[in-house]
Amino acid sequence: MKDMLSKQAVGLKPSGIRKFFDIVSEMKDAISLGVGEPDFDTPWHIRDEGIYSLEKGRTFYTSNSGLMELRQEICNYIKRKQGVSYDPKHEVLITVGGSEAIDIGLRAVINPGDEVLIPQPSFVSYEPCAIMAGGVPVIIELKEENEFRLTAEELENAITEKTKILILPFPNNPTGAIMEREDLEAIAEVIRKHDILVMSDEIYAELTYKEKHVSIIEMEGMRERTILINGFSKAYAMTGWRLGYACGPREILEQMTKLHQFAIMCAPTTSQYAAVEALRNGDGDVQEMKTAYNQRRRYLMNAFREMGLSCFEPFGAFYIFPCIKEFGITSEEFAERFLKEEKVAVVPGTAFGDCGEGFLRISYAYSLDTLKLAIGKLADFVGRLRGEK
Amino acid sequence: MREELLKIIERNSRIDLKELAVILGAQEIDVVNELQALEDEGIICGYHTMIDWEKTSIEKVSALIEVRVTPQRGQGFDNIAERIYKYSEVTSVYLISGGYDLLVTLEGKSLKEISGFVSDKLSTLESVLSTATHFILKKYKDHGTILTKKYEDTREKVSP
Repeated sequence: MKDMLSKQAVGLKPSGIRKFFDIVSEMKDAISLGVGEPDFDTPWHIRDEGIYSLEKGRTFYTSNSGLMELRQEICNYIKRKQGVSYDPKHEVLITVGGSEAIDIGLRAVINPGDEVLIPQPSFVSYEPCAIMAGGVPVIIELKEENEFRLTAEELENAITEKTKILILPFPNNPTGAIMEREDLEAIAEVIRKHDILVMSDEIYAELTYKEKHVSIIEMEGMRERTILINGFSKAYAMTGWRLGYACGPREILEQMTKLHQFAIMCAPTTSQYAAVEALRNGDGDVQEMKTAYNQRRRYLMNAFREMGLSCFEPFGAFYIFPCIKEFGITSEEFAERFLKEEKVAVVPGTAFGDCGEGFLRISYAYSLDTLKLAIGKLADFVGRLRGEK
Repeated sequence: MREELLKIIERNSRIDLKELAVILGAQEIDVVNELQALEDEGIICGYHTMIDWEKTSIEKVSALIEVRVTPQRGQGFDNIAERIYKYSEVTSVYLISGGYDLLVTLEGKSLKEISGFVSDKLSTLESVLSTATHFILKKYKDHGTILTKKYEDTREKVSP
């Protein structure tokens, strides 16, 4: 059959991570620092609640938007953390992971030709989702000298009359960058001035190691133009439960709910019951995991310093993004050689956008023992590369 | 720093001082001083090692013993607790709320040795009213550590 495939789908670049994954999965004894999910098990009381819901026979669809109980808990949580109110009836949607919320959020607001501002390096889904929604991705290349934060100037320079929405991916995967209150205030001014929307992907909101996380929705005039995305994967170590949510103005959420209803029906019921428990009694678990991540983060920062490897200090998520430009090879070459010679997998920065060139994403969602082993090998490798020059 | 420090060394008392300072984001000298203070205040009472004796060829039997006692005027339970904990085979003694008074844990070479201790030494103490001995058959988890299973990383090796 001719023209069997969608040109748009075919045109999408496959994720840069995929290729690496294929090499690594063939190496049985490789240590990986390439994982984008917590190493902790979902806390038992949360799992138990999921099991209990199955025992009780809660195996049916929920409403399209998700369990009212869960939506209410999400609103309580945001009120508690950010001091901003949402109406659980009309302004919250439970999705299949934050990823679904990204997809339908963009599809709900984009008209053909609308420009979508995507700061990079960032998560791999924004660009393809923007394209499939009919939008035109416009990349903003974040800079190490700004600690990979988005500046008002960079934003201002990227905006045209076609700009519809800015994606704001902080705390950031892969750089670990955060945006603090004054950073957000500065960009909020630009956003208000140009009257554009924001999709704020705050999936790592619980994992910040400086001040407590600040959201763009706290800034004046931003709640009414922001699609806030969060979920349970990172904070509660619940990646496999596939549960996220979106909050935002009623008009937008109505359209998102429609798209969700036709494509998904509703998010997994078992996961939703477990998530209610996570929000009600999970604060202690989050704190405990965060403390462990922070210890590992400090360990890595110190190890890089000792190795003389240049790296800005990341204060969010569970990634560290060291610079390898001194070796005069590409990120991909570095990662491939490191994997072949030392059997340690890290992800080249270019998997998260062209401007990730010269950097590596190292995940610290691993025990300190694993990190130590891998970092010892990295020190050997770096020493060898320096010797070659 | 205190709580975090305690939590770390409760799990791993062999951790290297320099590393401890790094992961706490503190100066090594401050960590040393804090540890000293914690020892002086009796908060850190020892640096023990968790051993799963089951996996060795050395025979060991442990038991939990519920003990009901008559408290003594002016002394409460302290006197009798002391008389019990002084025996070297006793590994812990707790004062308990509920149906009995003292929970005593005991380690011995054999069932016989433990039952001998209970009948000859413990039960014959004047203020002991009754005892109930429970032998431990298997330890699944001890001091927050799961003994029966090893951690296995089942995640996909690379993910975005």
